[in-house]
Amino acid sequence: MKRKAIIKKAFIKSLPVMAAYVILGMGFGILMNDRGYGPVWSIACSVFIYAGSMQYITADLLAAAVSPLYAAIMTLMVNARHLFYGISMIGKYRNIGKFKPYLIFGLTDETYSLLCDNKDYPSQKKDTQLYCFLVTLFDHSYWVIGTALGAIIGTLLDFNSKGIDFSMTALFVTVFVEQWITSKEQRCALVGIGSAIICLIIFGESNFLIPTMLLITLLLSISYRKRGRSDE
Amino acid sequence: MNDIHSVVLIAVIAAVTIILRFLPFVIFNGKREVPKYIIFLGDKLPYAIIGMLIIYCLRNVSFGAVSDWLPSFLSIIIVVVIHIWKRNTLLSIIVGTFVYMFLVQTVFV
Repeated sequence: MKRKAIIKKAFIKSLPVMAAYVILGMGFGILMNDRGYGPVWSIACSVFIYAGSMQYITADLLAAAVSPLYAAIMTLMVNARHLFYGISMIGKYRNIGKFKPYLIFGLTDETYSLLCDNKDYPSQKKDTQLYCFLVTLFDHSYWVIGTALGAIIGTLLDFNSKGIDFSMTALFVTVFVEQWITSKEQRCALVGIGSAIICLIIFGESNFLIPTMLLITLLLSISYRKRGRSDE
Repeated sequence: MNDIHSVVLIAVIAAVTIILRFLPFVIFNGKREVPKYIIFLGDKLPYAIIGMLIIYCLRNVSFGAVSDWLPSFLSIIIVVVIHIWKRNTLLSIIVGTFVYMFLVQTVFV
């Protein structure tokens, strides 16, 4: 495949993510601005953290000046799913070449969804390397560009941004609905909501996340052991 | 808000995210098998965590006056309905956020 053809293929593949990342990135830029963090801050987050949901939460963590340990545990729980994207990409990325570290760094939910199916890869092995790199790079660029646009709009236009933070709630609700419709894991979803409500009532709004995560892990582990027994 | 503290937080969040993304490639480099328990947690955790994050977003909503909880409640219903109807993530987020901003800025001031 010619270099140009690979670039075109990767660009077309990344188009659906372009729309999503530019708009969600803008939302993040505006939100950060709203919390008192200008373009330099939000762009730095999008370049170095590059994890959508976690960055929305980061805006809150920064504004609340939480402890680094709290931020680390929060990141661990929210981004734990990336471990499992990694596990499923080990085979496909085994001999992917010099871009491998960047490909792993840029393995977001959306990039994973574009690259997890290797039926779409170019037929030549040497082309795959460049193709995966470009899809990852395009996605990352959309995210950073969106963030920059949002941050600049946030500084230039003095509009009433009260309520803009609902975009984060809306993002999670759509993911929740999508998972509810397409999977058979409704019970897990309810475990998450139920544990969070119980811990919110017991521990209060500033301390309930870590107990919730422990409770979720405990409940899932119990169901794993039960399932193990019923399998025997 | 202290700039150094903010830089530290961003660095910590970035580092933990990077570690999580690299860890599987470092541990399971083809030789070791992935434990069943880890695969199970990987399957189930995302669903539970999203549920938790919704409650996290709503943690400050109080159930005192109607104007405290009704905007969130209505906007979430709208997001759910539009999403079931169109299955378009961006549309659901934009309409939901717009409705919420309208409600808190003009209706329930």
